[in-house]
Amino acid sequence: MTAAPLARVSRFNIAALALGLAFLYLPIVILVIYSFNASQLVTVWGGWSLRWYVEFFNDRAMLNATFMSLRVAAVSATLATVLGTLAAVALTRGEGFRGRTLFSGMLYAPLVMPEVITGLSLLLLFVALGAERGFWTVTVAHTTLTMCFVTVIVQSRLGALDRGLEEAAMDLGCDPLRAFLSVTLPLIAPAIAAGWMLAFTLSLDDLVIASFTTGPGATTLPIRIYSEVRLGVKPEINAICSLIVGSIAILIVAASMASKLSSGRGGNAAPM
Amino acid sequence: MADAIPTPAVEAVSHGGPLLRIEQVVKRFGNVAAVDGLSLDIKAGEFFALLGPSGCGKTTLLRMLAGFEAPDAGRILLDGVDIAPMLPHQRPVNMMFQSYALFPHLSVAGNIAFGLKRAGMPRREIGQRVAEMVALVRLEGLETRKPDQLSGGQRQRVALARALARRPRVLLLDEPLGALDRKLRESTQRELLDLQRRLGLTFVVVTHDQDEAMTMADRIGVMNAGRLEQVATPRHLYEEPVSRWIAGFVGDVNMFDGKVARRDGGRFAVAVPGVGLLNATPPRDPAGVEAVSVAIRPEKVRLSRRPPVADVADASINRLEGVVRDIGYLGGASLYTVALDGDAATLRASVANTARLDADAFPVGQRIAAWFSADDCVVLER
Repeated sequence: MTAAPLARVSRFNIAALALGLAFLYLPIVILVIYSFNASQLVTVWGGWSLRWYVEFFNDRAMLNATFMSLRVAAVSATLATVLGTLAAVALTRGEGFRGRTLFSGMLYAPLVMPEVITGLSLLLLFVALGAERGFWTVTVAHTTLTMCFVTVIVQSRLGALDRGLEEAAMDLGCDPLRAFLSVTLPLIAPAIAAGWMLAFTLSLDDLVIASFTTGPGATTLPIRIYSEVRLGVKPEINAICSLIVGSIAILIVAASMASKLSSGRGGNAAPM
Repeated sequence: MADAIPTPAVEAVSHGGPLLRIEQVVKRFGNVAAVDGLSLDIKAGEFFALLGPSGCGKTTLLRMLAGFEAPDAGRILLDGVDIAPMLPHQRPVNMMFQSYALFPHLSVAGNIAFGLKRAGMPRREIGQRVAEMVALVRLEGLETRKPDQLSGGQRQRVALARALARRPRVLLLDEPLGALDRKLRESTQRELLDLQRRLGLTFVVVTHDQDEAMTMADRIGVMNAGRLEQVATPRHLYEEPVSRWIAGFVGDVNMFDGKVARRDGGRFAVAVPGVGLLNATPPRDPAGVEAVSVAIRPEKVRLSRRPPVADVADASINRLEGVVRDIGYLGGASLYTVALDGDAATLRASVANTARLDADAFPVGQRIAAWFSADDCVVLER
């Protein structure tokens, strides 16, 4: 009985969907399955085991790199979100100022700039400034990289908002700052959250810029994994990757549930 | 903070002067003067409509009253205080937006309460005022809905309630009925008018719809190119337009260009090339001007198969003859276009369709006499 509505979907659609999903998720599924591999070799199946997970949790260097990556991602994503949102607001609202188009264009440049160039130029800057390379240089570099992504996301949401909303808030007694905080900010909050998550994942994922700007004692997870892989792939890598995939999935589900919950709560808000 | 809630407008009628005085206000955008040295007085308790074609500056003027635009010159006095330098949130004035601008993240009640909270009103009073407003615009039972769960008409009423909740000295309405369909617009017009009368509020409405302005407003200010062409009651505006532009903009009109041939007190005889001499006793004397136009509204022109039996020398009637060229059937009335003899001009006449089967209706090609009273003519300088 439940298949009745599905009957309307043509076979072609189902096949296309299945192929598309397989293309996206098959490699990840294989990765997850092989993370439970008991064998010493990545490519040979030796039965189910949690051995490599245990191995990972005993691997101090790998754990440190993981925490380093999470810290860099969290701090840089937060910085990028604040800066990126401010830039988006300035670019959308400041119709008066000269060179707005130029600024807008310049903001998009890092999106298409090869990471190698960004990494190299940041390295040269840090060397010139005499900054000691480590956690903060990587974090600043990642902020530079991810800020423009946040701006693009927030800007598109701001552009779709009715300018009348902020005017209505001012008309009803808000000064411009309050109008922004009480009307605009709640309405662009989903875009800001999406921007933060994108920045977080981009930072977690980055190898190139991190390897240019890092220093001793600030090895991020991608750098660590890359250096391990050069010596031969250990199934432990699969375990780490599976954990990352799992936590990102949980994060996304939680975020979407939170946004659904908050909009539902608003709907039942007391008249006051 | 509580003083941010202005006292009701009814109490303010006591002093004699206008509630709102606009003095020589100028607003430029680049080289274009959107509002060009405009002055206007609006009385307390008045329903005032700003009417004009798009781009005439009426919305800019309204936005200056609300505080979203700052005038480049001139003063805006509310109760004798210049509010031009004040920011929107400092003015005891509220606006209903054309897009309604309802806060999508807040419920109906939340939207209405927004301005009250900002004014620091105690919670209990907010609850009472919100309930009062909800009842006023008949939205009971919808308090917890979000704006996107409402129909267009309901949204319009939330916007109205939100703007009224703070009891503004002046309520500004930007095309308040523009987004509603025709049937709903008519009933909402009546509601709006009724509300304004009951609350004794001062309304300033911007509209491009002359029927709307005519039905609702006590006075209408017609704007063109940043200036007020005429400020008058709907009847005066229609019956005694002060310029050719006004006569053409408000309603339909026949216009005959000519020269003053005779002036005798309030009586005019205007020589119109190709048509002859037209008599007029206009309400307004275009003093000292010889090149004038005689304007006559189509519904004031009468048609018949034979000219009326009257003294040929009677100067109070204008008689013209011609042939029916075109008939526009509009339901309640028919608009006849008559090609006048000599092919110099056409005349439009609106005839009420008083019977379902009209045996007296004139067919196209019918030779016809058109006549109108000199008292119904308006003489305007060209």
